Amino acid sequence: MIAIVDYNAGNIKSVCNALDRLGAEYVLTDQASCIESAAKVILPGVGNAAEAMRELRERGLVETIRGLRRPVLGICVGMQLMCRHSEEGDTPCMDIFDCDVRRFVPAPDAKVPHMGWNAISNLEKKLFTGIPRGSFVYFVHSYRPDLCQDTIATCRHGADMFSAALKYEKFYGTQFHPEKSGGVGEKILQNFLAL
Amino acid sequence: MVAKRIIPCLDVKDGSVVKGINFEGLREVGDAVEMGARYSAEGADELVYLDISASREGRSTFTELVEKIAARIDIPFTVGGGIASLDDAARLLDRGADKISVNSAAIARPTLIDEIAARYGSQFVVCAIDAKCIEGRWRVTTHGGTRLTDRELFSWAKEARDRGAGEILFTSMDHDGTRAGYACEQYATLSDLLDIPVIASGGAGSIADIVQVLGPGRADAALAASIFHYGQISIPELKQALRQENIFVRL
Repeated sequence: MIAIVDYNAGNIKSVCNALDRLGAEYVLTDQASCIESAAKVILPGVGNAAEAMRELRERGLVETIRGLRRPVLGICVGMQLMCRHSEEGDTPCMDIFDCDVRRFVPAPDAKVPHMGWNAISNLEKKLFTGIPRGSFVYFVHSYRPDLCQDTIATCRHGADMFSAALKYEKFYGTQFHPEKSGGVGEKILQNFLAL
Repeated sequence: MVAKRIIPCLDVKDGSVVKGINFEGLREVGDAVEMGARYSAEGADELVYLDISASREGRSTFTELVEKIAARIDIPFTVGGGIASLDDAARLLDRGADKISVNSAAIARPTLIDEIAARYGSQFVVCAIDAKCIEGRWRVTTHGGTRLTDRELFSWAKEARDRGAGEILFTSMDHDGTRAGYACEQYATLSDLLDIPVIASGGAGSIADIVQVLGPGRADAALAASIFHYGQISIPELKQALRQENIFVRL
């Protein structure tokens, strides 16, 4: 069973729909016991990182998530919360991935939010097994994680190269939305489910 | 670099996709979910579904349809048509829409944009603008181009952006349905004026038209309906052609 952490941090419907299409069984929960006993955990998130972090703390889930020993996938803001710190609302995060999250600097060739399909490179297994370099995935965000030793995929927006995906031990995170990234996204989700 | 997007637009009336010229002479062209799935499989980057039902029943059919679309389609989709309140937007978000577009209601009450953007973020709000050129001035229209307002395209687009719209979808009513090309100059002007994506709509008749609007027209996305619905242009063929013209698209 997969636990999708339901913590009032934006639309989780599309993640549920993607798992339905893959025929995976899941529960929506904010209960620590349920999250701890799940085979895999997905931490979605859309919106403001400070608000999302507050929702997670209010439910007492920060230590629960940090203590997980089974595969965890953070998506978008869910992944940002797994970094050290977010510039959005000057928010201390869960400190799982070894990097900070900063706002994009707008430029004529880099509109903010970074919204749409962009190519990912420097892909590492196993999350990206079967995904060719330069594959396109769907992004919608104004803040992005720095490059660091945990980076397992990169993306470029204007002159800015950032982490499109991160991994530390059993913790994975994607800045893009695999649930909205067509066949490529579906394969990435399948790879996560197969871990 | 973000890829330029190709967006098939599906006008939905009472649950079916229809297409007419300037909102007249509607013809049913297919099932909304199946058509969306087909476009997605062919490489469409995003879909727009516009509810053009006039009745309350039609509106509720559309809401149910959004749920079916979200269950089936694995690329982003925008829904629009008759969204006049934060509640309308919330209802569609709950059913799985990635973005909503506002049009006439935002002209009548511009703070609608502020309200939706403040609650759900700018990435969720597309401001659709229908305008036509009258004596050299681009005037905004509402209700499918039937009512002329005093607003001017460029100042309204700027205001919508300042209020929190994340994208501008401008349809030239002078070009819509003509298949004679997009209003390229106006898209280039909008692109210079705004730091948010601009979606071009109205006038697509050929691959060359789309090359023009994404190239010299500097639009971030090209939306079209009938050329896709009637199979005049296939999306894979279109994308290959765009790549050959050095326009960065997702393949």
